[in-house]
Amino acid sequence: MIRHGYEGVVLAAPVTIPYQRHSIHGAAWWIGRALAEALRAAGLRPADIDGFCCSSFSLGADTAVGLTQHFGLSPRWLDHIPMGGACGVVALRRAARAVQAGDADIVACVAGDTSTPDSFRQQLQSFSRFATDATWPYGGGGPNASFALLTDAYMRAYGATREDFGRICVAQRQNALAFPHALMKRPLDLAHYLAARPVADPIALFDCVMPCAGAEAFLVMREETARALSLPAAHLRGAIERHHAFPDDPIQLRGGWAMDRDELYAMAATTPAGIDLLQTYDDYPVIVMMQFEDLGFCAKGEAPAFVRAHDLTAAGSFPHNSSGGQLSVGQAGAAGGYLGLVEAIRQLTGQAIGAVVPGARTALVSGFGMINYDRGLCSAAAILAAP
Amino acid sequence: MTAKLPPPAPANPLAVPRAPLLPPTTRSRAALGLASAAAERRFALQVCAACAAVQYPPREVCLACLGHHLPWRDVPREGRVLATTTIRISADPYFRTRTPWRIGTVRLACGPVVVAHLHGDVAPGASVRMTLRLDKSGQGVMLAMPAEDSANMQDDPQLREMTCDPRGRRVLVTDGRSAAGQAIAAALQAAGAREVFLGVAEPWRPLPGRDRLAGSAVDLDCTDEDSVRRCAASLGGRVEILVNTALHVRPGGISAGTSMATARAEMECAYFGPLRLARHFGPALRARAADGTHPACAWVGLASVYGLAANPAFGGFSAAQAAALSLLQSLRAELRPIRVLRVLTGPVDDEWHQANPPPKVSPAALAAAVVGALRDGLEQVAVGDVAQDFLARFRDNPDTLARELAG
Repeated sequence: MIRHGYEGVVLAAPVTIPYQRHSIHGAAWWIGRALAEALRAAGLRPADIDGFCCSSFSLGADTAVGLTQHFGLSPRWLDHIPMGGACGVVALRRAARAVQAGDADIVACVAGDTSTPDSFRQQLQSFSRFATDATWPYGGGGPNASFALLTDAYMRAYGATREDFGRICVAQRQNALAFPHALMKRPLDLAHYLAARPVADPIALFDCVMPCAGAEAFLVMREETARALSLPAAHLRGAIERHHAFPDDPIQLRGGWAMDRDELYAMAATTPAGIDLLQTYDDYPVIVMMQFEDLGFCAKGEAPAFVRAHDLTAAGSFPHNSSGGQLSVGQAGAAGGYLGLVEAIRQLTGQAIGAVVPGARTALVSGFGMINYDRGLCSAAAILAAP
Repeated sequence: MTAKLPPPAPANPLAVPRAPLLPPTTRSRAALGLASAAAERRFALQVCAACAAVQYPPREVCLACLGHHLPWRDVPREGRVLATTTIRISADPYFRTRTPWRIGTVRLACGPVVVAHLHGDVAPGASVRMTLRLDKSGQGVMLAMPAEDSANMQDDPQLREMTCDPRGRRVLVTDGRSAAGQAIAAALQAAGAREVFLGVAEPWRPLPGRDRLAGSAVDLDCTDEDSVRRCAASLGGRVEILVNTALHVRPGGISAGTSMATARAEMECAYFGPLRLARHFGPALRARAADGTHPACAWVGLASVYGLAANPAFGGFSAAQAAALSLLQSLRAELRPIRVLRVLTGPVDDEWHQANPPPKVSPAALAAAVVGALRDGLEQVAVGDVAQDFLARFRDNPDTLARELAG
């Protein structure tokens, strides 16, 4: 069966609640603020939304269910997406089908997390059963160590160098200097990148994202709803997700995008050459390279040459992570899975708050999440178009 | 190549000792099977009873066929390193004080991909022998060893976090009056122990073998609270391995054949003696479990397999040995990161087992087993054919074994 397209589905009211390194507030405070801000931006009251979708790592025993009572919502459509870096695109996919089918008219998609001085360690030690049993007891390196292993394998397989990864980080920092909410605002050059404190070889400080508190949100609705509300909105052209792709690969050198990208571009009736802006999930730069390859911007193993040949800044030859990405803005838990998507909506609807990507009409946003054991299990991507 | 570990340097009295932290302890119930295998030097993983797929990390349900019967089986150890990293900043307090720490991704020839601790001599891309070890929390962890033995490989710092090599350590063997105690003391001395103390109760009594004792005799009578207290006050801060070798074996049953005095003596030796030792030596041992280059590391308890299932011909002794095993099990949880090694023996070749047919365990065999188990960081070793046979029957079905023993 041919998949139905996403005709008539739009995204509006992109919201970022400025991140903080640590917060005395709970996750619900951050999620609630993002929801309130999205509603304010759209001129809506809480009763006007009939769908709610939430992602968070720090809600404790709560899910989206508990938040309905906390926030005074009575939605007729509710979802909770525990998929980390893939949660934004996956939330969008779910919400898009709901509004298309009329199960809901307006779905608020929100991701947010809080951060305390010890919350990251606590989250790591109980991140997943396999992590508790089989990775956390091996040095307590958390994702730094997991991605160090993937980075080491990638470097051995394809000859990538630390300089190649550094180009990604340096360009993103350049983008972040103009983005008001970025936590990392000091200029970064390749020399500083290479001289940084080693964390888990070959990963050093500037390859790692900073855990922080924050939230992101957007609204999903039908095009006519957005028009009636006079909201600038981006169109959803295509979207894919895949979980636990290529289980027989002994170590992860590719993600699920490679299985589904043809369908993604076919749905959107475009090609990699038609993408004006790419927002990848950038925790860590090796995963950015995998996305360049697996989403078809270059062949497998050629991402190192690709980053040498392109200017990845917002005004460059290959605009990428125009807000600075998690590497410079910070990683507010599950909100990291929304950051690129919310930024893409802003860029496509003329609402950029930092560096502007000139002439951005079509954006590709991809997500990657959940190092359950030795590899990231969730991959997702969506193509959005300007109104 | 591993650098040879120098002998212990004199302790710096001004240095704050490293706290006896534990690496991450929490595991799923299924993952505890790793520790059971590691405790006995085995390399076992879950293998699906339906489709034979080897599983790792431990699971509830087969990754290949969704079968739910996943018994633990010994599997081949061969593997190859796919990726390595050296962790320099850890979020865990135990590892934070032990960085840099090397781990790697290893593909096992039997299928699974394992994130493992790496021995220092394991190079990127190398073939390895995978081992299961007990870490300082007593949990089973993967440690990849070089495919070939290398010089000083026992001295690798990450391996030493998981072993209790007696070389360079000071050892107290509690019962210098027994042949087993004397043999174990000699073997530990031969294994490079820095100092061996041999407890001798009532030293004025004749002591067979006194002229050839390995190590120095100290006054220690485990049945006497005051003697244990005085010995701990003198030696408690200077012992890294404690080996309790006291066994008081007398034939005789429950309703007849044993006097109350004998039953009490057996219980004194098997239970109250180790209880006194644990109370007077345990806290100091544990407090020094991460201190210096040769930290305190092990508590060894000798016990009879009859503690697992009673032999009615040795009914009173069996009951006392059940108490001894129960004590060791609780002590194991309390003393972490100190390793509690239980050495299970069958009938020892001594005057109290004259009626038992061979094979019987020789003191030399016990001694070799203790040294080997310490070097590999084990928690359990069954010494000799009788003990191993007994343990296999016990594991197959304890109820059947009890009926076999009833005759």
